[in-house]
Amino acid sequence: MADATFTHTTPRRIWPADAAGPRPRKRFSQRNIIIYSLLAVLALYYLLPLYVMMVTSLKGMPEIALGNIFAPPTEITFEPWVKAWSTVCTGLNCDGLSRGFWNSVKITVPSVFFSIAIASVNGYALSLWRFKGANVFFTILIIGAFIPYQVMIYPMVILLREIGIYGDLSGLVLVHTIFGMPILTLLFRNYFSSVPEELFKAARVDGAGFWAIYFRIMLPMALPILVVAVILQTTAIWNDFLFGVIFSRPTNYPMTVQLNNIVNSVQGVKEYNVNMAATLLSALVPLTIYLISGKLFVRGIAAGAVKG
Amino acid sequence: MQSNVSIKNLRLEYGPVAVLKDLDLDIGKGEFLVLLGSSGCGKSTLLNCIAGLLEPTDGSIFINGQNVTWAEPSERGIGMVFQSYALYPQMTVEGNLTFGLRNAKVPKDEIKRRVAKASDMLQIQPLLSRKPAALSGGQRQRVAIGRALVRDVDVFLFDEPLSNLDAKLRAELRVEIKRLHQRLGNTMIYVTHDQVEAMTLADRIAIMRGGVVLQLAAPKEIYNRPAHKYVADFIGSPAMNFLDAVIDPREPLIARAGDLAIPLEHYDFERHGHTGPVWFGIRPENLATGDAANSAPVQVDLIAELVEPMGAETLVWSTLFGTPFKLRMDGQARIEAGDVVRVGLDPKLASIFDKSDELRV
Repeated sequence: MADATFTHTTPRRIWPADAAGPRPRKRFSQRNIIIYSLLAVLALYYLLPLYVMMVTSLKGMPEIALGNIFAPPTEITFEPWVKAWSTVCTGLNCDGLSRGFWNSVKITVPSVFFSIAIASVNGYALSLWRFKGANVFFTILIIGAFIPYQVMIYPMVILLREIGIYGDLSGLVLVHTIFGMPILTLLFRNYFSSVPEELFKAARVDGAGFWAIYFRIMLPMALPILVVAVILQTTAIWNDFLFGVIFSRPTNYPMTVQLNNIVNSVQGVKEYNVNMAATLLSALVPLTIYLISGKLFVRGIAAGAVKG
Repeated sequence: MQSNVSIKNLRLEYGPVAVLKDLDLDIGKGEFLVLLGSSGCGKSTLLNCIAGLLEPTDGSIFINGQNVTWAEPSERGIGMVFQSYALYPQMTVEGNLTFGLRNAKVPKDEIKRRVAKASDMLQIQPLLSRKPAALSGGQRQRVAIGRALVRDVDVFLFDEPLSNLDAKLRAELRVEIKRLHQRLGNTMIYVTHDQVEAMTLADRIAIMRGGVVLQLAAPKEIYNRPAHKYVADFIGSPAMNFLDAVIDPREPLIARAGDLAIPLEHYDFERHGHTGPVWFGIRPENLATGDAANSAPVQVDLIAELVEPMGAETLVWSTLFGTPFKLRMDGQARIEAGDVVRVGLDPKLASIFDKSDELRV
């Protein structure tokens, strides 16, 4: 077709006549080089602080005093890590971060368990059983998610005092369970809404009741969203500082509060290496969880987010 | 015939919208009833009400003579098969089949016996230890039917069970369901929007629109003597042709459409002496062509505008008095677009509907 009116449809490039199989691709095109160098710079920018913390925590104090924070340690020492874990003092206690670590475990494990247990039943009931007033109930719950925490702290303190568990670990667990409710319920409700309704109908015809359907059909199907909920809650509760400092007494302080007390202590020499080690120790739990379950997390978030 | 499922004055409202309007229906023991209609007509809603999955606003439902209006789905003596199969994904096929029986605390050896019988009947024994994800669509639907089967109930409810399958499998399973019905003799209520399924399976078809049953009759009766214009239009593919016509009170045995005078002496009237504006309906397959056309009481010449050869038959699209007009010819007929065809029309095979209430005349 050499006709002038058709020139705009002729291909710009002539492919070889013996072309077969997948089209060859250039590995280093101009575009790729720009994208990868940009990504590399960004990754470096975010990894740099971690690197500084890492190397500092492995140096001795004299070396830190030289002031060269990017230099790798000339002599690697694990002393600061040991000290941060077992002997560093906060107030009168000198048993290191280990106390805070076990407090955090005692707070996080039951809080995560109870909040997810209750929220998943909530979400299941709200999406599938549609009782009267379900929408009103759900709206109230969602509004709860938007009220700033500060508004509720003082009433909460009084409430816990009246019940008699103010300062106890159980009080803190209760607070975490309650505050996790709106977002978790939303998460589970959306997930269960995406479960085909016919499945639920079939189970009812098969004579399964509220709990039988929940435990034997819905919960086994909810594994991806359970993983998401566990990750969200574990990191949120482990990293929590505000509720920890307000609702517990010094012997019950979670790791974050204890870390703050170590780093911000005004007496004596600032032991940067110990502070860095302590900070890394505190971050270890959420970090491990993300690394292990990153893929599952993304999959679950996508599964729950599609339907609203 | 003893009635097995009976629905009295059933009404279901969502706020101001009535989905089912004071519906009455009696289904005999061992009968295969098909609820047919386009989407939104209330057929699935009715089935869900019978199953106990939806609560009616008013009216009652009887199964085996017992009022089950307020009974739980599992207490009604029904088994149900769903469009999406609704198999429990984390259970094996056997787990799926036995879930209901385990809930009802049926003894173990009895469960075993029933599973063996059902899986034998549906040929799913090799699949028993598999998970639903490892099954094809047809196998999944077989398992879903098996799940209803093991419940050993009198009434089976099918909610568009074949709609998710491809055409070939659909035809296969359709035959299988019919065979199952012949063997078991259970009452079956079957919801579909597919007229072929309805015509082939049903003892009786209930055609629904807007929450009411327009006609409840045997498939042949529905095809030959539709009681409502909607029914006539819905059943049959391609759909019935409708001509704008008038029956003059001065000559009540002649329908005039365009310049055509159609004698009605042999038409089987539902309402004798009815006059006024009407729809004159005739099925594309009831139009005669060729030599047969010349002996028909009424003849018209049509121009073929579009020809669709389908192998066994050929479909011809044309226009008569400004309305589209289809006719069905033999597959071997030699015809091309632009040809003139002589068409013979027999009023005996026609259906006439009043224009105001759309009911059969």
